[in-house]
Amino acid sequence: MLQKIYDWIDDRVDISPLWRDIADHEVPEHVNPAHHFSAFVYCFGGLTFFVVVIQILSGMFLTMYYVPDIENAWKSVYYLQTEVAHGQIVRGMHHWGASVVIVMLLLHTLRVFFQGAYKKPRELNWIVGVLLFFVMLGLGFTGYLLPWDNKAYFATQVGLEIAEQVPFMGQQIKTLLAGDANIVGAQTLTRFFAIHVFFLPAALFGLMAAHFILIRRQGISGPL
Amino acid sequence: MHKGKGMKFVGDSRISAERKPNIPKDYSEYPGRTEAFWPNFLLKEWLAGSVFLVGFMCLTLAHPSPLEGMADPTNAGYIPLPDWYFLFLYELLKYDFASGPFILLGILVIPGLAFGGLLLAPFLDKGPGRRPHQRPIAVGMMLLGLASVIWLTYESASHVDWAQRAEANKPIPPSEEVEIDKQDPGYAIYESNCMTCHGGDLSGGAAAPPLIGIDRSAEEIAKIAREGIGTMPADQFTGSDEELKKLADFIVSVNEQGN
Repeated sequence: MLQKIYDWIDDRVDISPLWRDIADHEVPEHVNPAHHFSAFVYCFGGLTFFVVVIQILSGMFLTMYYVPDIENAWKSVYYLQTEVAHGQIVRGMHHWGASVVIVMLLLHTLRVFFQGAYKKPRELNWIVGVLLFFVMLGLGFTGYLLPWDNKAYFATQVGLEIAEQVPFMGQQIKTLLAGDANIVGAQTLTRFFAIHVFFLPAALFGLMAAHFILIRRQGISGPL
Repeated sequence: MHKGKGMKFVGDSRISAERKPNIPKDYSEYPGRTEAFWPNFLLKEWLAGSVFLVGFMCLTLAHPSPLEGMADPTNAGYIPLPDWYFLFLYELLKYDFASGPFILLGILVIPGLAFGGLLLAPFLDKGPGRRPHQRPIAVGMMLLGLASVIWLTYESASHVDWAQRAEANKPIPPSEEVEIDKQDPGYAIYESNCMTCHGGDLSGGAAAPPLIGIDRSAEEIAKIAREGIGTMPADQFTGSDEELKKLADFIVSVNEQGN
């Protein structure tokens, strides 16, 4: 039955090559912790992806309650935290996931760096990876404001003041992010929400796709 | 793959009508003890992922994510602090060589060199050797950068009393939110004696806890205002006894309203 469905789709869409690219490959001995326990260092990239998936799913559920507006943002988070069934857990996953993903990214970066795995022909994938790191820091910075509590507000104010001191275009950067040259307020919150939920995830997905396509193309780096 | 003349397509599409059986490649050509990704290795990955998920959920359940009081832009006493992974940049800006007239060094040059170097690492470290001892400069720079980041983060975080911060900035539940009668004679006394630390709406600040939702009598409040408590020094209140009574009654009235 399943085979028939597969054949029916394959006749029309030709998915066998896609399937081969995604799943049909060999895992070499030197990255398999079943053979060499020290190969657990190769898990960090996959765990980073795993936490990203947790972040996407928990974030999707958070937006079911969150209101990006200065009157209600904090109240909606408080309501989610105290009243909604499992709201505390979902918000906790998003909160701690944001920290854990940075830790996993760092470990993955260090593994690749110290193994010299970024050398020819993998230079481009390293650059995509560092860009992913920057996007993730951007997600951390913009997400920090969204609960609209005191630490969020004042940390963002400091961050924007630092951006303002960039020569020539500092004021423009600040206005672009905050929606106003001087006020950190309603506009800032909606802009950070849009950046956190639409702009940066779009960049994240594009870069992740490039990261994974490149690694399928080139294969994992060989043993040292 | 079969190309060119003689190819048969499904309908008018570009999909080959020739059925290719979905047989995996012969892995015997690969060296070493390789393993098929699907399904053998993926199953093991899922096991590792499950263990990770259990640890992650334990963390989440043991430590609910923090939430401070609603943002109050007029709260002048609040000491801002970024999330922990930005602390090293924040701490860097406190050094003399990275602040004041040298601020550009702190916000652009040093982080720019560090992160630019990271981004362009494959083009800076071009030698053929991959082992760490074959590229001492790259590895040395990375260790230096890593040590600086860890040191700066530690320096920044170790000077923060996290428990005291969390206590002082606890959110006030909306159900306990109170209307403060600013015409009350007690409020004027509050304004001149207590407001700088305890905030304009009694909600507390960086140096002092909120005065809403406390369970104390007027006498106890008056005693604390005179003699201090915890980190609060004595003699914060400098008015007459009559004013002190008005002040204590005012604070108690605000709290009664909350209940």
